[in-house]
Amino acid sequence: MLLLILILAPFIGSAVAAFLPANARNSEAWLAGLVGVIGLAITLSMLPSISDGEVIRFTAEWLPGQDLNFILRMDGLAWLFSVLILGIFLLVVLYARYYMSPKDPVPRFFAFLLAFMGAMLGIVLSGNLIQLVMFWELTSLVSFLLIGYWHHRADARRGARMAFTVTATGGLCLLAGVLVVGHIVGSYNLDVVLNSGNIIRNHPLYLTALVLIALGALTKSAQFPFHFWLPHAMAAPTPVSAFLHSATMVKAGIFLLMRLWPVLAGTPEWAWIIGGAGICTMLIGAFIAIFQHDLKGLLAYSTISHLGLITALLGIGTPLAMVAAIFHTVNHATFKASLFMAVGIIDHECGTRDMRKLRGLYRPMPYTATLAIVASAAMAGVPLLNGFISKEMFFAEALQVGSDSNWWMSLVAIAMGIFGVTYSLRFIYVFFGPTATDLPSTPHEPPRWMRFPVEFLVLCCLVVGIIPALTIGPLLHNAVEAVLGAQTPTYSLAVWHGLNTPLLMSFIALIGGVALYFLLRTRFGLTQRNRIPLFHRFNGKQVYESTMLELMTLSARLEKLLGTRRLQPQILLMMLAGMCAALAVSWILPHGWDLVAPQAVNIPFAAMWVVGCACALAAAWQAKYHRLAALMLVGGTGIVVSMTFLWLSAPDLALTQLMVETVTTVLILLGLRWLPPRILNRETEAKVNRLARTRRTRDFIVAVVAGTGMAALSYLVMLHPPGSKIGDFFLERALSEGGGSNVVNVLLVDFRGFDTFGELAVLSIVALTVYALLRRFRPAPESIPLPAQQVNSIDPATRQTPAQQANSGYLMVPSVYLRLLLPIFGVVAAYFFMRGHNLPGGGFVAGLILSVAFIVQYMLAGTAWVEANLRLQPHRWISAGLVLTAATGIGAWLLGFPFLTSHTAHVDLPVFGDVHVPTAFLFDLGVFFVVFGSTMLILIALAHQSVRSHRVPTGAPVQAAPGKEIH
Amino acid sequence: MEIVIAIAIGVLFGSGVWLVLRPRTFQVITGLLLLSYAVNLFIFIMGRLSINLPPLTLEKGPIDPALYADPVPQALVLTAIVIGFATTALYLVVLLASRGMTGTDHVEGREPEL
Repeated sequence: MLLLILILAPFIGSAVAAFLPANARNSEAWLAGLVGVIGLAITLSMLPSISDGEVIRFTAEWLPGQDLNFILRMDGLAWLFSVLILGIFLLVVLYARYYMSPKDPVPRFFAFLLAFMGAMLGIVLSGNLIQLVMFWELTSLVSFLLIGYWHHRADARRGARMAFTVTATGGLCLLAGVLVVGHIVGSYNLDVVLNSGNIIRNHPLYLTALVLIALGALTKSAQFPFHFWLPHAMAAPTPVSAFLHSATMVKAGIFLLMRLWPVLAGTPEWAWIIGGAGICTMLIGAFIAIFQHDLKGLLAYSTISHLGLITALLGIGTPLAMVAAIFHTVNHATFKASLFMAVGIIDHECGTRDMRKLRGLYRPMPYTATLAIVASAAMAGVPLLNGFISKEMFFAEALQVGSDSNWWMSLVAIAMGIFGVTYSLRFIYVFFGPTATDLPSTPHEPPRWMRFPVEFLVLCCLVVGIIPALTIGPLLHNAVEAVLGAQTPTYSLAVWHGLNTPLLMSFIALIGGVALYFLLRTRFGLTQRNRIPLFHRFNGKQVYESTMLELMTLSARLEKLLGTRRLQPQILLMMLAGMCAALAVSWILPHGWDLVAPQAVNIPFAAMWVVGCACALAAAWQAKYHRLAALMLVGGTGIVVSMTFLWLSAPDLALTQLMVETVTTVLILLGLRWLPPRILNRETEAKVNRLARTRRTRDFIVAVVAGTGMAALSYLVMLHPPGSKIGDFFLERALSEGGGSNVVNVLLVDFRGFDTFGELAVLSIVALTVYALLRRFRPAPESIPLPAQQVNSIDPATRQTPAQQANSGYLMVPSVYLRLLLPIFGVVAAYFFMRGHNLPGGGFVAGLILSVAFIVQYMLAGTAWVEANLRLQPHRWISAGLVLTAATGIGAWLLGFPFLTSHTAHVDLPVFGDVHVPTAFLFDLGVFFVVFGSTMLILIALAHQSVRSHRVPTGAPVQAAPGKEIH
Repeated sequence: MEIVIAIAIGVLFGSGVWLVLRPRTFQVITGLLLLSYAVNLFIFIMGRLSINLPPLTLEKGPIDPALYADPVPQALVLTAIVIGFATTALYLVVLLASRGMTGTDHVEGREPEL
């Protein structure tokens, strides 16, 4: 449970931090500090159990069926990393309080920092590989936001993007690798995986898994050849660099390699891939670091080099190398974080980080200078500091690798040591000499508490360096045991092991480094040199940029080749694809020619369809120039369809189709007003170019083929015997279990109620979308004036409002008649609704009938009059309906049944006698509300447009729209 | 009977396809209406043709499913009709908005060059 608090606290803190006011630097820092302290206290309280070798777990079910659970798991290694993360987080928070300027939006900063800390803890505490990858990607994402914190700067944006691209790509590789491991082991549970080392190493897919996981770890830890993102990530604020690039982000890859070390290590492949990458990185990073001019750049490359050292140790693969790796991870985190903070102080107080300008900073800031010098000495591996001990362990391991015959590894190690000393000297050189006078601001000591984190970390370096066995010893032992288990070697942490080869190597490195530094300065103009020897051509960034560029051009070309923004080719392709799919499906279906005899053709039915087909064809022919005619013809087809439903035993469909037909016609009539006039011009029509004619011929062929295919398919289907129907199930149970004899309605509101519920949601969303789209609707300019029919000097009706026409004008008779019909419509709707459960009718039909009743009022008397006399508020109908249907469903929950279980109650009413009221009835009422509300909302929203557009700007002449005579 | 329905579906579908391939928005909306008729009928006939057998199980007692039309395609088509209305409305509004913004009723948003 404590583990859960540990992991949740940062995320909760992050959410809170995001909502604090923009200038709340202090409260943000207090909040973040509090989260850090809580986390640290929890972690420290677990030390006794961890020291006993216990593994603390927290498991919550996630996908138990897939053996995927949310597992938190704290062992010695996770503990050490958690303390590192939380400790450095606390120091960074304190430091950032002073570093961030009051102008920076701090809520964003602290929110991201907390989230990053949480994600990082998630990685080290994950007891499940998939979960680990998720936190892993979360760190990539949040680090992107943190590096790009000053997003007004181009270098920050670019650095963030590069870091994200590289690490997230690696994360995807890691995911693939983890899936392979899961496939091999059969579980993602870390405990299971850690016990399956031999199975994994002997599996044919081992190399695949290793390469993929290595790609993930190496990209994250900025290993060669993926190291180039780290220097560019230095565009981040310095507290971010101190946190991400010393203790956390880049250590995630190292952590992963340590975590999976018992499973993956110990093979030649492991040694070559991990060790090789580590050695290259360590040398290249150290070498390039010497030639940097930016202090942070130097630290970035030295970080790369030290990460390479750790990776190389892991690649060596002996248990003692693992001890050294873990130890150096901790040491590097302490001295590198303090160095980053020291650089931040220099940058903050001097206004530049350029080593070519900075000189003699010892005098204005003696404390900072001393701290930075001690820390960089630790980085260089000077005795009595922590860096010395772990580096000496590395030298000892390097000697072991080549045994007596092969000295390559030892030479590489010494070279790396020499470079390390040289760049450390380069770093501390800024403190010596005469004080620079041309700096952007006058250097001075930082505020007391801004320096405290550096002091604390440097103290750690010293204490660990002098008495390692008493301080870090037990904690290191816990971590080592967690990784190595029974393989834990005996080792002693001490400054003095007597005169031996590693000590000699250390001294060679120290002396060689100093010599190299002075050689480079005097002979090669190190301080002003712009090009890095040997490596200036070798530019990972260039490769990255050109790869990205290639990808962009490739995708643009692909998009051009395969995509189009034009609707017509898309529809054509869709139709062709649909036809091909239909053909393919009918090809693979079993061809049992066991056909039933067709029923005799009924002459009136056939005659009806002659009309229906004629209407459809005529509509297709006329839709371009005679819209009104085409609309009427389509309506004719709709009526024939409706009659067909009635003929073929589907009375509910017939009713619904008829009502929808009415409403659709009104809808499109409302829209016609806003379309541009289109007059048949025989001359242009005759001149239509060949291209258009070819297109028409092509479309005609497509249409004929599609129609013929559809007809053939339908005919074949109908001649096949139906086989077993699921419909029988519903027919048998509709009355006995659904309580209604209209099976279609019972299906809709009871058996398949959940479908209907979703459909109502769709309907409501569409209605609201239509409403929202029309709120900003701007009609085309030529549609704004009144149509020709309404501007007529002879007809007196044109000078009347619609309401006047209906109340006293020429529409008086129909208006009286239709107003009389309104309540009758209401009764009819109620009738169809009430009987719906047993006879044709129901919520859908009733809703449509009622909306038609209101629409005719609008059509006759105009929007203004109807709304002055009626308050409909369709939004409320929609919401009432949705609430009612949802409540009916949830009601079943309250009684312990699944969602939407229906129940039939028998009520004894005085006049009606025994009435049974199923809950499906309430559901149907909801359907009725939603259908009515949505239909009304859509139609009224459209109808309102003509009211709005009549507000012609004053002074504009009211004139007839041209070309309306065509109707 | 089957042949009449089959031809009807074919004609409606063919006219619909022709219309949705046309360049003017109103032609497309008409085509969609015709297509939805054809598709609704096609789904409907999956329950085969039955005359005078509406799925209303009015009498008490055990039920012989052979005496009733298949209710499942009917229920599917019923919801399809209502959703069809909603999508038509949505398309109409998009059509009007596109017309207002681009000044043309061509589906590409601009007039083709002649």
